[in-house]
Amino acid sequence: MTTEPVRTAPPLAAVPAYTASELLAVMSARLLKDGQTVFAGVGIPLLAAILAQKTHAPGLTILFEGGVIGPFVEAGKLPPSTNEQRCTRRANMLVSITEVLLMLQRGYVDVGFMGGAQIDRFGNLNSSFIGDADNPKIRLPGTGGGNDIASLADMIVAMKHEKRRFVEKVDFITSPGFVDGSDSRARAGLPAGGMFRVVTDLGIMGFDEATKAMTVVALHPGVTPQAIKDNTGFELPVPADVAVTEVPGDVELAILRELDPARLYTA
Amino acid sequence: MTQSYLDLRQKTRERDRSLRDKVMSLEEAAKLVPDGASVALGGCTASRTPMAMLWALIRARKTGLTVSRSIMSTEGDLLYASGLSRHIITSWFSQGIVWGVSKVMRAYTESHRATFEEWSHMAMGLRYRAGAMGVPFMPMRSMMGSGVVDRAPGARTMECPFTGETLLLVPALNPDVALIHVQRCDAYGNAQLDGLSFMDIDIAMAANRVILTTERIVSNDQIRRHPDQTKIGFFTVDAVVEVPFGSAPHECYGLYEPFYSHMDLYAQMTAKDPDKGAAEYLERFHYEPKDWADYLSRIGMAELLDAQRRGSGIYDD
Repeated sequence: MTTEPVRTAPPLAAVPAYTASELLAVMSARLLKDGQTVFAGVGIPLLAAILAQKTHAPGLTILFEGGVIGPFVEAGKLPPSTNEQRCTRRANMLVSITEVLLMLQRGYVDVGFMGGAQIDRFGNLNSSFIGDADNPKIRLPGTGGGNDIASLADMIVAMKHEKRRFVEKVDFITSPGFVDGSDSRARAGLPAGGMFRVVTDLGIMGFDEATKAMTVVALHPGVTPQAIKDNTGFELPVPADVAVTEVPGDVELAILRELDPARLYTA
Repeated sequence: MTQSYLDLRQKTRERDRSLRDKVMSLEEAAKLVPDGASVALGGCTASRTPMAMLWALIRARKTGLTVSRSIMSTEGDLLYASGLSRHIITSWFSQGIVWGVSKVMRAYTESHRATFEEWSHMAMGLRYRAGAMGVPFMPMRSMMGSGVVDRAPGARTMECPFTGETLLLVPALNPDVALIHVQRCDAYGNAQLDGLSFMDIDIAMAANRVILTTERIVSNDQIRRHPDQTKIGFFTVDAVVEVPFGSAPHECYGLYEPFYSHMDLYAQMTAKDPDKGAAEYLERFHYEPKDWADYLSRIGMAELLDAQRRGSGIYDD
């Protein structure tokens, strides 16, 4: 974890019209579909979900871990966590934390959506320990609802693409992806859900149907396969005919900037 | 770890659960929390934290508590730094995402001076739920396949006798004492909660003793006009303390939002030297004030008014 990320081809140099965080939010928002129910963490996931509501998915239902069902968070009043009153604006229903997490277990949530500190080839996420768990270099805040969401829903993860974050094997599995690959997730007692997409500032990743190893689904404009290689700590193949995403549009960026004028999450 | 069912019932039987006046001061309520007790906190992150009660326990120099909560924010730091608790059971522990990883939590856990026992958020909820239900465990479908389960004391898998599936069992949590802050309750402890209830209702039912702090005490007649709004029943409650702004600098739904500038000040004070910073913060805001009003004065009138203006705005169109 001491390796500093090396960027041979900064993807934003050619198009400095948006920040890496804005790119993440826009690309993630586009993955959400109208009518879905999404369990969103605070930060980029929340921004992306609201952006989707305000563009192509007005019927998107957002769930917050604090016990909130179907809110419309006000522009300029983003909550600092999913447990403050700001999360409840114009919600349909407020329930306890335990009830909202049980809805996830019951199967009412289509997509779980969160950020990540460290991810590995099989989509396992670490937000607990950097280094050995018994003697960590850094004690991170832990799972929160992350483990529950990753265990019980189809997941979208939004995070910066850096070598120290994309590692062969996470130091600790806080939130399980496909564990050791193939059918090991189901064998561990998690028959439902799993990683669907990982959205980064370089591209969009998916997972192989059989091996459950991460693959590249699309690259953002101006990003080369070499940039993926340079910023990933494991072998992440880029297909020759890989798709290229469309740059963030003016409307999408304008909505994001109205939502987060203080740039809490999009700096 | 899991209490015997008959012991649990015996402890309940021994409590005076009658409809009686339970109003007392913070200092008197602090005496109901013995050193070494297991204590559950209501609220979540920076919301409805029972800050005034923790403040009173820190001032009373209580020690050795095992403290559990859905998610811990700055109050977790203060528990470690004051010595009130060196063992915290929770799902997430830091001031809040916008402030980054807690330096105080890191300093204490990385030097092995304190324990941060991590469970998933749903596991915390179901542990309290099992405690509230009077059963020794609850089955659930997360945490398996992760490292979290290996480090969670008492969690174990079982084969479902009906389906043959693998399920995780999490042990009941029946705290000795629950500390819960509410918007209003009567002198008997009938509490009405506005907004997010977090895990508070289960915590109140699970605990062997409940101390309520409340923004204001209302009459029993007022409670009886809207009994559907009563979320915590008098029969679970042992003490009622009226403390305006009792969650400051955290939020109390509909009344005040977090005191953001003060939260920034706290983050600054603990950024460089977490030990020294937390000690200075405790001195200035916990040990020195002559009373709760003095604590609020030290946070500042401008901050209080700002938090209140933002807080009451949740009901505006």
